[in-house]
Amino acid sequence: MSPPVAPPGWSRRLVPPAALSVHLAIGQAYAWSVFKPPLESALHLNGTESALPFQCAIVMLGLSAAFGGTLVERRGPRWAMTVALVCFCSGFLISALGAYTGQFWLIVLGYGAVGGTGLGIGYISPVSTLIKWFPDRPGTATGIAIMGFGGGALIASPWSAQMLASFGTDSTGIALAFLVHGLSYAVFMSLGVFLVRVPSGERPVPGVPGAVEGVRVSARSAVRTPQFWCLWVVLCTNVTAGIGILEKAAPMITDFFRTSSTPVSASAAAGFVALLSAANMAGRIGWSSASDLVGRKNIYRLYLGAGALMYLLIALFGDGSKPLFVVCALVILSFYGGGFATVPAYLKDLFGTHQVGAIHGRLLTAWSTAGVLGPLIVNRIADHQKAAGRHGASLYGLSFAIMIGLLVVGLAANEFIRPVHPRHHVPAPGRAPDDARQQPESA
Amino acid sequence: MTHDSSQSPPDRRVALTVLAWLWVGAPLAYGLYELVRKATQLFTG
Repeated sequence: MSPPVAPPGWSRRLVPPAALSVHLAIGQAYAWSVFKPPLESALHLNGTESALPFQCAIVMLGLSAAFGGTLVERRGPRWAMTVALVCFCSGFLISALGAYTGQFWLIVLGYGAVGGTGLGIGYISPVSTLIKWFPDRPGTATGIAIMGFGGGALIASPWSAQMLASFGTDSTGIALAFLVHGLSYAVFMSLGVFLVRVPSGERPVPGVPGAVEGVRVSARSAVRTPQFWCLWVVLCTNVTAGIGILEKAAPMITDFFRTSSTPVSASAAAGFVALLSAANMAGRIGWSSASDLVGRKNIYRLYLGAGALMYLLIALFGDGSKPLFVVCALVILSFYGGGFATVPAYLKDLFGTHQVGAIHGRLLTAWSTAGVLGPLIVNRIADHQKAAGRHGASLYGLSFAIMIGLLVVGLAANEFIRPVHPRHHVPAPGRAPDDARQQPESA
Repeated sequence: MTHDSSQSPPDRRVALTVLAWLWVGAPLAYGLYELVRKATQLFTG
C-alpha cells in the first residue's frame, strides 16, 4: 500500500477528522476499568489479574510505537491506520471469544497484545501527516489529534458501562459487549482510512508559509543526538508529574480534606476526577495551539516551571483551601495534556518532518517509563507514610517534593535543547547537502 | 467514496468535510456531556 497522495483541490480540513477517528477510538484504552469488575466476578479474577490486559496493551503501545515508527513513516498513514484498525478491533473480537469461553488468556492476548499493537501504530499514524499538512500550525494540528486520545475515554467510559448494563455482566454479556466494541470501532475508524491523504511533494500546501522544509534528520540519527534525550527527559518528567496527581486523584482530595469542616464525599471526588480529565483534554488543544505562537521551548518552560510552582502551592497551602487545591491540580493536568500534544511539534522543529512520526514513536518510551515511575512514587510513599501512622495531606508531602525536583530536572533539560547540528541533517532529494542545513525556527 | 469526492465540485467537498467533522464530533459531544454531568458532582456532591 503506497502513501495516498492528495489530488488537486483536496482540503486539508479533512485530515484532522481522519486523525480523530483513530485517536477517539484507541483512547478507549483509558476506559478499561469499566470492564474490570464484571470480568473479576465472571471469570473469578483478582484486581491485579483483571488489570493485565490494560497493562499489556500499554506496554505493547510503547513497543509498537518505538519499533513500528519507521515502517509507519515508510508505508504512510493509510497503511498505519489500516493496521491500527485491524489490530485494535480484532483485539476486541479475540477478547469476545475469550470472555465467551471463559479463557482469560485470550483476553490478555487479544486486548493486550494484539489490541495494544493497534494502539501504538494508531497513536503515531496521523502525526507526521498532520504536521506536513499544517506546517504553519503544527501544534494545533497535533493537539487536535492527541486531544482525541483523551476524548476516547470520555466516550467509551459511559458507552461501555451502558452496554454492560444492557447485555449483562456475565461472560456472555461481556463477550457481546467486546463484540459490539470491535465492530463499532472498525466502522468508526474506517473514516480515517478512507480520508487520510499526504500532501503532494510537488504541490506544497497552498497559501501556507513555512511549507518548505529546512531540517531533515532521520530517526536513526535523531536518537544519537543530545536533543532527543533532553526532550525524552522533558516528556518523562512532565508526564510523571501529571500521573502523580491523576493516579490517586480521588483518594488524594479525600485525604487532603478529611479533617476539614467540609470533607469531600465519594461523588464529589468522582466529579474532581472528571474535571481533571476535562483539564487534560483542554490542555492538549489549548497549550499545544499556544505553542505555535510562543514557541515550543517557552511553552515547556511554562509546563515545567509553573507545574513545579503549582505542586509547591498544593504542598504548602493545599489542605487549607479547597479551591486552591482544585485549581492547582487542574493546571498541572492541563500541562500534562499539553506536554503530550506539543511534543510532536517540538520534534518537528528540531528534526524536521522527514521522519518525525518514527522519532515520535521512539520518544514515547518516555511515556512508558513515566507510566511506571509516577504511580510508583505516589503509591509507595503514601503506603509508607500510612504505615508510619501519618494521615491526611502529610501522606503526599514527600511525593510532591519529589515531583517538584523532577520538574526542575525537566526544566533544566529543556534549557539544554539547542538546534540539531548540521552533521545530523539528511539532504533533501535533489538538493545539495549544504542547502538543507538550515536551523529550526522555534527550537 | 472519497476518491470520487476528491475529484468532485466544491459543494460536495464541503459536504464531505461537514460529514467528517460530524462523524467525530457527535460522539465527542456525547462524551463531553457525560463528563460535565459527572464533574458537577464536585460542587453538588
